[in-house]
Amino acid sequence: MEAFLASVVSVAFHGSALGMILYVISVGLSVTMGLMGFANLAHGVFAMAGGYILTTAISRFGVPFPLALVLAFVFVALGSVLLERFLYSRLYAASDLEQVLFTIGLIFIAVAVARFMYGTLQQPVVLPEYLKGQFPLLGRDFPTYRVFIIAFSAVMVALLWFGVERTRWGAMVRAAVDNRAMAQSVGINTKRLFALTFALGSGLAGLGGGLGAEIIAIQPTYPFENLVYFLVVVAVGGLGSLRGPFVAALLIGIADTACKYWLPQYGAFPIYVATIGILLWRPMGLFGTRA
Amino acid sequence: MTTKAAAQASGYLADSRIRWTEWLPWVAALCGFFLLPEYLALGARILIFILYALSLDLIVGYAGIITLGHSAYFGLGAYVAGILSAKLGVTDPMVQLVAAACAGAFLGLITGAIILRTRALTLLMLTLAITSVLLEIANKATSLTGGADGLSGVVVAPVLGLFKFDIFGKTAYLYCFIVLFVGWWFVRRMVYSPFGTSLTGVRENSLRMHAIGAPVYWRLVLVYTLSATIAGVAGGLITQTNQFVGLNVLSFESAGELLVMLILGGVGRIYGAFVGPVVFLVAQDLLAKQFPEYWYFGIGVMLVLVVMFARGGVLGILDGILSRLRRKA
Repeated sequence: MEAFLASVVSVAFHGSALGMILYVISVGLSVTMGLMGFANLAHGVFAMAGGYILTTAISRFGVPFPLALVLAFVFVALGSVLLERFLYSRLYAASDLEQVLFTIGLIFIAVAVARFMYGTLQQPVVLPEYLKGQFPLLGRDFPTYRVFIIAFSAVMVALLWFGVERTRWGAMVRAAVDNRAMAQSVGINTKRLFALTFALGSGLAGLGGGLGAEIIAIQPTYPFENLVYFLVVVAVGGLGSLRGPFVAALLIGIADTACKYWLPQYGAFPIYVATIGILLWRPMGLFGTRA
Repeated sequence: MTTKAAAQASGYLADSRIRWTEWLPWVAALCGFFLLPEYLALGARILIFILYALSLDLIVGYAGIITLGHSAYFGLGAYVAGILSAKLGVTDPMVQLVAAACAGAFLGLITGAIILRTRALTLLMLTLAITSVLLEIANKATSLTGGADGLSGVVVAPVLGLFKFDIFGKTAYLYCFIVLFVGWWFVRRMVYSPFGTSLTGVRENSLRMHAIGAPVYWRLVLVYTLSATIAGVAGGLITQTNQFVGLNVLSFESAGELLVMLILGGVGRIYGAFVGPVVFLVAQDLLAKQFPEYWYFGIGVMLVLVVMFARGGVLGILDGILSRLRRKA
């Protein structure tokens, strides 16, 4: 019984860490899709870029870990602004098919660039001393880095929710998600708002990619392999919502960890089947208001 | 994006007789058989991917269903043909092909009936999830599929008991040629039929099709099933010509590459599915082995450029040039 309890706690803990990472990465995607209806399959590219920036900054330039996280956020956010201005913004009015194809094209390019610069091997993450080892909590030992991931992500999530629920910028975002034409006609500059939100969402993805580099391996095929996970979080959670993807990400993180722990012979099979089931039951996601 | 082109290429009022230009691909394919005997293996692969792209064109180009999971039906067909041969000892190619078609149709009907109730992102997500489920099964059911090592030991008996698959790939090429011809004839008939027209109607304005009383959902399920059947046949063919099945037939990359081929040729015009695979696979044969990094970079850049500047693909560009020439003349 004690062994079973220990494994339950362990699965819940590691699952939460994975779920938090998935949420930090995917929340931007939910907002992008909800705000502009843009099917951005290349969102994983931003996460991968964040991961590469973090690992490179630490191992090649000896940048301290916290600063490397900041760099991952800033560089990815800046890069995404350029992409948004020059490429994405031309396709807002285009059909879903064109957006899908364009973003698949971006994935192919990113995969090629990553392979060219870093080779096909997984990037190792060098953690600082204070994040290594075990962290005692309630009579059990937990890996310090995972505790850090959960705590740090929780702070980020709290900041984000405060920003969206309590600030003027957040009110404008919510207005634009609900009804873009109306928001525009009462004088909200939706174009600028969207550029800003896109940069923030991409920056968060970069941060999440860097933060989770130890959990979700940083390698060139990252955007392809993890695309399903990011999309599942958004689709199951519901577009344009902040809470939906959070619940979905935690569910998926814990379910995925549980499956790998107790049912390794089935792989990710149960997750996909559960996703199909949920989407058939609620096509708009658990908390979504529109498809 | 293909409204005008599609209106010219199909439509209820369009002349459904086969124009002389439509024979050109077949003449070219036969010329290829006699003039380039050392490239027959690549040729057979191209013919198979044309059939596969044709099946995708039916649902993406004509019915407007965006899918990232078409490799599910292709992969299922490939595995059914492979398992029949390697595990159950059924070596007759016709039986294998029919089984692959039935498997594709069955899965297409079931999944189509389920997922076509949804739209947009949810639909996209579901197609991806279904393919992922199949990939996971193929990966884990190692006793049946060989898992990550792939399924080898596929034996294919002579076609109709007469034509043996030879080492130069002559039989394989002609065999794929004939199957593709039948598939093309079928697709073409369908596109020019009232059914095909109603599909275009659904793509252009689904609400209005509902309003005039068309059974939109069932039409979509039907075309999805037919498309899955053809994809299953293409999958069966790839197993028979390679005599091997790998996990990559089910991967997301392969579904993505197929989309690239179709877009490159031109969506919603039948012959886009002919041009795209030729250009893509020949380029892949020439470039991919020497420069794998640049190859994927090239595909990506090309996809972005096609979406930005040439939404009709190669045939769309040709159309533009031709109409400009006509205006001058």
